[in-house]
Parts: sequence; structure tokens; C-alpha cells
Amino acid sequence: MWQMFRQILRVGLVTEAPPAPDDALVQGTLHGDIRRIFGRALCIRHVDAGSCNGCELEIHALNNPYYNLEGQGVRFVASPRHADALLVTGPVSRHMAEALERTYAATPDPKFVIAVGDCGACGGVFGEGYACLGGVASVIPVDVTVPGCPPTPTALLQAILSAIRRRAMR
Amino acid sequence: MKTMTSLPGLPLTWTALPGALPAQHAVVDPVQLLEACRRVRERGGHLVTLWAEDRGEALGHCLVVVLDGADALLVLEYVLPSVASSYPDLSGIFPTASRLQRAVHDLSGIRANGGDHRPWLRHDRWPGDWYPLRRDSIPAVAPAEGERYPFVQVEGDGVHEIAVGPVHAGTIEPGHFRFSVVGEKVLRLEERLGYVHKGIEKRMEGMTLGEGIRVASRVSGDSTVAFAWAYAMAVESLTATAVPPRALALRALLLERERLANHLGDLGALGNDAGLALGLSQFLRLKEDLLRVNAQVWSVRYPMDALVPGGVRADLTPIGAQQLWDSMGRIESELRVLRELYDNHAGLQDRFMGAGTITPDLAKRLGMVGMAARASGQAQDWRASKRMPPYDEFEVSPVVRDQGDVAARVAVRFDEASDSLRICRHLLTTIPAGPIAAPLGAVPSDRLAVGGVEGWRGPVFVGLRASREGTVLRCHPHDPSWHNWPALEHAIIDNIVPDFPLINKSFNLSYSGHDL
Repeated sequence: MWQMFRQILRVGLVTEAPPAPDDALVQGTLHGDIRRIFGRALCIRHVDAGSCNGCELEIHALNNPYYNLEGQGVRFVASPRHADALLVTGPVSRHMAEALERTYAATPDPKFVIAVGDCGACGGVFGEGYACLGGVASVIPVDVTVPGCPPTPTALLQAILSAIRRRAMR
Repeated sequence: MKTMTSLPGLPLTWTALPGALPAQHAVVDPVQLLEACRRVRERGGHLVTLWAEDRGEALGHCLVVVLDGADALLVLEYVLPSVASSYPDLSGIFPTASRLQRAVHDLSGIRANGGDHRPWLRHDRWPGDWYPLRRDSIPAVAPAEGERYPFVQVEGDGVHEIAVGPVHAGTIEPGHFRFSVVGEKVLRLEERLGYVHKGIEKRMEGMTLGEGIRVASRVSGDSTVAFAWAYAMAVESLTATAVPPRALALRALLLERERLANHLGDLGALGNDAGLALGLSQFLRLKEDLLRVNAQVWSVRYPMDALVPGGVRADLTPIGAQQLWDSMGRIESELRVLRELYDNHAGLQDRFMGAGTITPDLAKRLGMVGMAARASGQAQDWRASKRMPPYDEFEVSPVVRDQGDVAARVAVRFDEASDSLRICRHLLTTIPAGPIAAPLGAVPSDRLAVGGVEGWRGPVFVGLRASREGTVLRCHPHDPSWHNWPALEHAIIDNIVPDFPLINKSFNLSYSGHDL
């Protein structure tokens, strides 16, 4: 046990300040925005709709101690029924289209959708074909798109923040 | 041309395929195909993969079967007399052939003469008599209404089913798992994959050899270097291109860092799945440090487009080399501390040990490959057996454990992470000067080429045929997960449902690489 405590003390806190939403928007505290708009933590459900798993690696990174997304009041949840937002990756394979639609339908309103990565935005290198629909917007409405292959955790954080701000300005 | 001695008594004309991966090619008839498979199996060899090709009206359809005969690959090509004819069912010899054969039928419409005939990669989104990889297929798709997938049912007192997925509870890839359970004990697991089928093989048709690597790099995002290298190797074999030694060293450096990054992430996730959140935060911190050094040195966290056919895209500067060197020292000392912490944590070891066991005998019978196979006593690693450059310049010995449980797969990851650090150091101290890419030679018409490397999960393979104009006619990328997904179904038997996430994570198989 002392080994664990020693390691925790030795490493200390490595969490960094969150990035600005994007250049057009004023910087503020993410936590405060989430509290004001959603009244509690923002809950996100991730859906892989045909991703190569590259975007997932960077979504995982959001929960590492550097970005500490959960510390900002944003939490990944196990069910769409608990979610305020969907984070969708992949060019939407035909085999995942129905699951994506059903996940969207199961998410309570008000909700928003972030399409992640070049594939989520427009199909990426996989494009459109017999097995791919060519992006998240071809199946469900998308609020914010994060390009990149894969997008960095900072870009993902900015997108989440931007989506919250967009909702605040409505 | 010579008759190979590794399959004595079988009168085949073998041609050595040029390139970094030792491979022999032969045209076979069905009897010879079965006999070659049997003999390779008897000698402890494996099935690497199989696929079908539509070669147009004049040449017809063929089936390509690649076997791992220890020091070299054996590439067997069977030209079917007609599109309606079948080929010998190989699943009795190699159990992992079963799903590959089902996929061949889904995509190319060529059937084995036995075995499981249920669809595999095709769900009910297009009709069962429409084959995307046929040359005459018209890309109009209508769903096959009302088609249901026949899962195997377990019957008996108190048996019930738990259906999970395709959308899982965590941030992971989609797939469907059907558990048959009594109470908490799992009697049977049946996997249903194919949800992330993107039509990658069709997508690559007609691309230039240079464009193709962008798709190959994204077959499985966590193995981008492995797939890009295997693809590049096939292109270089086809075009008789000699890759400069500096480029090879840089590729190996990228591949070992990919191994390291994935092992670090998995070690953290495995601690977390066993209830030790500290493990996740500590290992993810190490992984993030590694990715940030990648971003400093190569200006990307994940090197999705670092390789090009003929070499690598960007050179390593002396400053970059120093940054890599320094970061490895930090990772090594942290890894030592965390390993001691894991080893001495009784609660963690209690969850790891005895969970999801695959005995060495079962691993051998199932034909498992890669990291998970090594944790079940199978001493196989293409870096050691195939010795493709630059792995011919230094020693790599497979890291082997015999217990075959989660603890063994954790131990193999720890050892391999340390070994990757050793290899990276060796590469950094011996990296030759010179160019980082060579121009590609001309493409000869009608030749098959292969490439492959040992990625972090296991051997990653690419088969390629290109036109004289330098466009892809047929590309078949193959992920090692094909061979280990069936093993997961065995690993969970008699374990409890709540241990499934831990056992599943200890394999950490690819969905995207498998579903194509």
C-alpha cells in the first residue's frame, strides 16, 4: 500500500488547464458553463460507427490525468439514456447505421451530437460505398464536427466546449 | 524454381517471391491444397489467411491460401474451374479458416465445400447473392429484409442468454456478444462481428499504390505502423524496390513505439478493469508522455501517414533522436516502479490469476497467434522467425508465458514493453545515415506480392496484386485478431460474466482490423 501512496505523492497533480473553446469564443471555465446550461455534469455517450479505432484512442486520452475531462464535469456514460450528448466516430458503416439511429433516439432531449474525425465529418479515406454512408450527418443531425485523423484531445476538448457554448447562445 | 524441401513428397513447383518477407509461391489443385495444409499443420505451422480474387473473364476466380511454414510463408493459389465450383473446406485442419471462408463467400461469392455456411461479414444490409468484390457487381444496395442470424442456442434448466452490443458500455469498438449463462457462470459465448465492415478491400481497388497506403494505414488505427509497413513491403516486393537501411531503422523505431504505446494503455486498462483506478491514471500518463514526444519528433501523436512505399515520409533529426532517447529513460524507470506495484498488489493479482485461461495445448489447436498466443506457451514472433530487415541485425526472442491467463497476458506485455525499449535504444545507437526513401521500380504484370510484420497484437499481413499501370487490382489486409477472436470464446467458458471485460481487455482484439 505504501508503494501506491509513494507513487501518487511522487507524481503529484499533472492536470493541465483546459484549452479555449476556439478563437471565436471567449474563454471561460468549462465547469461553470456546464453547470449553467445543463445544471449538473455533462454526460456523453460515445458511439463507434465504423471507426478504425484511432479516434477512440484519443477519446481515451481525454480521461488521462493531463486532460482530466471528468474533473471538468464531463463524464462518459454507459447508456444513451443517461446522456446529454453523443460523440460519434467513423464513416458510419451500413451495419452500424441502425444502431446509431436507435442510440440517437434513445438519448433524451435536449441533446447534441459531435461528429469526430475526418471519417465522422465526411467519411474520410473510406468515403461512401456499398458498406459506408460517408459521415455521421448522413444518418443523424450533427451540431459540431471535429476534423483530424485522429483529432487531438485538445481539439476534442475544444469541440465539446464549443458545442456547449453554441447551446448557450441559442 | 525449385522443389522446396519443407514439404517433401509434394510435387509442387515453388517460386520464391522477392521482398523482405521470405515467401514461396505455388499453383495447386484441391488435393495438393489440402495435403499442403495438412503437412504444414503436422509440423506445427499456421494458417496466415485466405482470400478470393476475381481476375476477370479470361483468368476467372482464384483462391489464395497463405500458410506459415516457420521460416517462410507458403502462398498457395488455386484457380477455380468456374465461379460456381467450390474449394476444399480447410476448417477441419485450421479451425480459424472457418470465419475466413465465410467472409470469402460474403465478399466474393466463392464457397468452401463444407463447414459453417452462415454469413459472417455480411449482415442483412444487402442481399446474400450480391458480392461486392465481384468485378461485375453493380454498387446498388437493397437490404435483405427479414433475414435473421442463427445464433447457436444452449438449452437446459436455468440457462438464459445475455445479449450485449453492438454499442457497448465503454469507449470501445462495436460488436455483438451472445452469452449463454447459468447464474453468473458462462456456458458459452458466441461472437457476432462485422459491424464496422467498411468495404476496405473494395475501396482500395483502382487506387494508385501510393494512395493505397493511406487506407492500409487505417485498417486498424492502433496498428497503423504495422499495416502501413506490411502494405509498403508488398509494394516494394512487387516493384523490386530496395528500401534504404535508414528508412528500415526508422520504421522499426515507429513500430516498437506503437507496441509500447499500446502495451502501456492496455496495462492501465487492465488494472482499471480489475478495480485499480490508480493503474489506469499512471499508465495513461506514461502513454500520454510517449505520444507527446511523438508529436515533438514527428509532429503527430499517432503516426498515421509516417510510412510511404519505398521508405518513410520524414527523417529523424539529431534533436529528435535525443528527445526519443531521453523519453525512453523516463518510461523505463516508471515502468519498473509500476510493475513492482502491480506484482505486489494481492487484490489485483487475485483478479488476474486464473482468469480467462487458454492452455498451451488449446492455443496450439486453435491456431492462436501473436501476443496472446505467447502468453499461452506458443513461442512465435515474426520478428524472430522471419527476421525481416532490420530485425535480422539484432536478437529478438519471443516473450513466452505458459499459464495462459490474464496474469500471463499482463506479464507478456510488461516484458515486451521493456524489450521494445531495448530495441529502440539499439536502433537509435546504430541508425545508419543515408536517404529515407527510394523511388519505386516498375510494376510487372500479374504477380502476387506479400508483406508482413509482427505488430503489437501479432503478425499483420498484406497480400497485393497490382496492374502494370501501378494501380491496386486486389489488396487483402489481414489482422491477427481473426485467429484470436475464436480463442476469446473459449477463454470465457466457466468464468463469471463480470470477469468478461477484464478477459476481453487482456486480449484487446481489433474489430476494425477484422471487419475490414
